[in-house]
Amino acid sequence: MIEKTNKKVVEENKNIKIVHDATCTFCGCVCDDMELHVDVDEKRIIKSKNACVLGRAWFAEHTIENAPAAMIDGKEVTIEEAIEEAAQTLVNAKFPITYGLSDTTSEAQRQAVAITDYIKGNIDTTTSVCHGPSGLAFQGVGESTSTLGEVKNRADLVIYWGGNPAESHPRHFGRYAVTPKGMFTPNGKKDRTVVLVDVRKTKSAGVADILITPKPGKDFEVLWALRALVKGVKLSSDIEKETGVPLEILTDLAKRMKECRFGVLFFGMGLTMTRGRHFNSGALLALATDLNEYTHFVAKPVRGHGNVTGADNVVAWQTGYPFGVNFSRGYPRFNPGEFTTVDTLSNGDADAALIVASDPGSNFPKKAIEHLKNIPVITLDTKTTDTTKLSHVAFKTSTYGINTSGTVYRMDDVSITLRPAFESPFPDDEKILKSIKKRVHELILKNSHSGGASGEAKVAAAVNPL
Amino acid sequence: MSNKMMLIPGRSSKQGTSLNQGKLKEEYQTVTSTLEMNKDDMEKMGLVDGDKVKLSNEIGETIVSCLGKKPEDLSEGMLFIPYGPPSSQLMASDTAGSGMPLSKHMMVEVEKVKN
Repeated sequence: MIEKTNKKVVEENKNIKIVHDATCTFCGCVCDDMELHVDVDEKRIIKSKNACVLGRAWFAEHTIENAPAAMIDGKEVTIEEAIEEAAQTLVNAKFPITYGLSDTTSEAQRQAVAITDYIKGNIDTTTSVCHGPSGLAFQGVGESTSTLGEVKNRADLVIYWGGNPAESHPRHFGRYAVTPKGMFTPNGKKDRTVVLVDVRKTKSAGVADILITPKPGKDFEVLWALRALVKGVKLSSDIEKETGVPLEILTDLAKRMKECRFGVLFFGMGLTMTRGRHFNSGALLALATDLNEYTHFVAKPVRGHGNVTGADNVVAWQTGYPFGVNFSRGYPRFNPGEFTTVDTLSNGDADAALIVASDPGSNFPKKAIEHLKNIPVITLDTKTTDTTKLSHVAFKTSTYGINTSGTVYRMDDVSITLRPAFESPFPDDEKILKSIKKRVHELILKNSHSGGASGEAKVAAAVNPL
Repeated sequence: MSNKMMLIPGRSSKQGTSLNQGKLKEEYQTVTSTLEMNKDDMEKMGLVDGDKVKLSNEIGETIVSCLGKKPEDLSEGMLFIPYGPPSSQLMASDTAGSGMPLSKHMMVEVEKVKN
């Protein structure tokens, strides 16, 4: 009781601002029901009501750090000097790449696409090492989809496949898919059957009515067996030897899928990051499509970063393709495996990189990181990372959703406007990228008049500013 | 004796919260260097919680600390580690034309590191 009283006194002495309906941009759930208590004088969020464990850390740890806003080769410079150097670097490169973009606003993503178009570069997002294979599968198979609101209101069979939302998306269960009471699911969890399919027993197993653990690397076979069972094809009990899942379990699941009122398959990295990649995602999407002969069934990838879905949307509506896009011929070309960033780095193609809100220097394969160390890298990030440390030009930017407004897309493609909590002395990504774009444009025009090395195609782009 | 096991890097709550503090901070480094391992497998290799093991494959190697998990939570021959720089050391760069390197289900050799 004494502690509670003391806390109240301390809070009363602070200049507290409360932001209602703020949005957490840590993960793809993009929960927009936050109540943030902001210490205005200290410029920090001291309480984030409704946030999950990840959201609380996101809000608490993004404070104003005492660091330079811009650096060149580790030395503090003005933002203007850094913009000039970034623009020069990008314009003078033969194969510049742009990468990241999943933790910034769609307004900033748009600027990054425009820059890449001007410099005849290559643009890719963290989607390529996340649900990129699912993106390929969407193109091949199609997507039977819905919003998370429809899932909340209607779904009576919820299947999680190859993911662990309890740790990666903690509010997915409570806000969207498992426990919330919806229009046609008035009793919440009691009105739903929850199935978890994963090769290991994770913390998500706690919510599952049915837990299925296939052998590692056998997701495709399990999905294909389910497709057969849904279509009434008889299978041998040998399927258990192949997949680790008994035939009776598969038969029961197929029956539940056909008989449910509204089913949803949420799928994660367990499908896309393993052998089979887009074939795994494609098998799942095909299963969902098949099931629509019997009932209403949808499939949704569970997306990781706060605006990775926005990155797909913005790159797609500006170029026609969601990731792995190359502008070197003056028009966008899509070729995963060639224009995706692990490939452009590992193959040694890229000779300059613009990295926005991402850390490939830490989480990419060794060979890709080694190449990144050998080319000039420009980074925009809120924190110091392995990638900012190896950068030629590093901008420290403000945090989207905490210091900056803008638009993000939830994992079900619903767009949400951000309500910032407090101002940052650092510029936001959009502002920096706009300035780089402006200077890039000027340099390309200048080079075109002086017969510079940037080429005819760059001139063609420059005369039609975006 | 060969101890080939399957490594599954993935997300964890602690990795997520420590990520927000900063990837260069000690907590994140510790979380992403802690390998979850089947307790029976650890016993066979004479390992206890906190012991160091070397993970290696044809791509690279890394040294991490191990932490036992009950066999019902992590099967024999299976390893879990939160994504981070140590797991990246073992990831191949070939994407098989997809853009995605195989980032889970990596076969690795596990060796006890002598103190």
